[in-house]
Amino acid sequence: MKYVVLIYSNPRTWETLPQAERERVLGIHDRLLGEMRESGELIRVDGLTDPTTTKTIRSHDGLPVVSDGPFGEAKEHLAGVWAIDVESLERAIEIAAPITDYDVVEIRGLMDLSGYEM
Amino acid sequence: MTADRAAVRDAEIEGLLRELAPQVLGALIRRFGTFDTAEDAVQEALLAAAVQWPADGIPDNPRGWLVTVAARRLTDQLRSDVSRHRRETAAAALLPPEALVVPAVTESDEAEARTDDTLTLLFLCCHPALSPPSQMALTLRAVGGLTTEQIARAFLVPDATMGQRISRAKQTIRAAGGRFERPPEAELAGRLQVVLQVLYLIFNEGYTATSGPDLHRPDLTAEAIRLARDVHRLLPGDPEVSGLLALMLLTDARRPARALADGSLVPLDRQDRSRWSRAMIDEGTALITAALARGPAGPYQVQAAIAAIHDEAPRAEDTDWGQILVLYETLDVVAPNPMVTLNRAVAVAMVRGPRAGLELLAPLDADARMAGHHRLHAVRAHLLERAGDIAAATAEYRTAARLTTSLPERRYLETQAARLGG
Repeated sequence: MKYVVLIYSNPRTWETLPQAERERVLGIHDRLLGEMRESGELIRVDGLTDPTTTKTIRSHDGLPVVSDGPFGEAKEHLAGVWAIDVESLERAIEIAAPITDYDVVEIRGLMDLSGYEM
Repeated sequence: MTADRAAVRDAEIEGLLRELAPQVLGALIRRFGTFDTAEDAVQEALLAAAVQWPADGIPDNPRGWLVTVAARRLTDQLRSDVSRHRRETAAAALLPPEALVVPAVTESDEAEARTDDTLTLLFLCCHPALSPPSQMALTLRAVGGLTTEQIARAFLVPDATMGQRISRAKQTIRAAGGRFERPPEAELAGRLQVVLQVLYLIFNEGYTATSGPDLHRPDLTAEAIRLARDVHRLLPGDPEVSGLLALMLLTDARRPARALADGSLVPLDRQDRSRWSRAMIDEGTALITAALARGPAGPYQVQAAIAAIHDEAPRAEDTDWGQILVLYETLDVVAPNPMVTLNRAVAVAMVRGPRAGLELLAPLDADARMAGHHRLHAVRAHLLERAGDIAAATAEYRTAARLTTSLPERRYLETQAARLGG
């Protein structure tokens, strides 16, 4: 089953972490990604640029209006996305659990085009 | 050569390579002993043939050609392993030189060519130490003769992901002590069950795909049927093998009618039955009739019998639901699981009315295996609608639409909710 692991991060938390701690956490990311690459569970991995670089586009009177910065006032922002193909939801949770020391992680299923007779 | 003729010839070569793949692999393993390296070498030989044969023509002895090329690849591999090892440890220099010589392809290989390794390979690829996705991938490559790229496309993952999955699967088999031999008699029945389950998973992976014809995506349904035919040919007396092959044929017969060109799903009672494949229905029905005559039926036979009853009805309203209900009751005894109960509830509703069906669904709410499963809500919605409880049916269709991971199913369920509730 295919899932995305959405990693929400607070940039301020990261900035204030000691270097050694940041490296420890990034080491966990690297280890997990390496394991998933080896096992054939990783589809792709992407990191996102800092939330301040976001462009938000909204429709205003039927016309698209572009503004700087993210939509909403949330402290946590989407920082990375992993696409994985694993045996079960339990396995997806097991994979994502070790990276939640400072970040919030959401797991969402990817829709597919298959379908049974109804 | 015209493009059409070239395409026919390429398809012919691909068919031949797929058929020869397990035979060549069996020959290599028997000679060299190791499944994982032999499997890589055979894959390379198949790729070489796919490039050379269209240009040079099919060799007189295609199987011998593949064995020779694969053996050469494997020896090259062994040589480079040994020389690396020799550089690393002086002790390796003690290896006798004949360890590096590939035995030539001889006449005795012709006798060997008649031994069929397909089943032994299936047992190995469907090793219980592997997860189902790995079992499917390895089976398609080592027994089905598909390339890693084709398998990756079939499962919609990148080539590198599938390549890793296959190589990890082979390592896992080696670590678990999996061997290229018939499992011991005591384990045979259980191991065959796993093989059949893997073939059925491959079938369903293909059958549920609703996206239009993609020339580059292999047809897993046809592949699963081909492999099930192989197993049936090797074990003609096994009624569950017949049952599985019949179930695949009787289900796949409906494929032309199960989705519209835009990918939207057509429920069984609304399908254009003139589009069902008569040849597949006849073949499947003959298989299941013969299998059932042999004694107590296992789960694949019962499911095939149910599919046959659906397929035999000229119109949806001619369906013999009484008989289907009896078969679901049998299935609930031989292979009880909540999905069977769900289907039995549909049959009960058709025979005794929707309220009776709904009563049967009630205990499933507490079943952890059904928690969050959209089909329970979809079936309940359908039965509530038939019982005239439109508000509850609408809510259940919406819940089902939120829970499914399939876009065509979500579209179908949302349409039902909109039709009822607006």
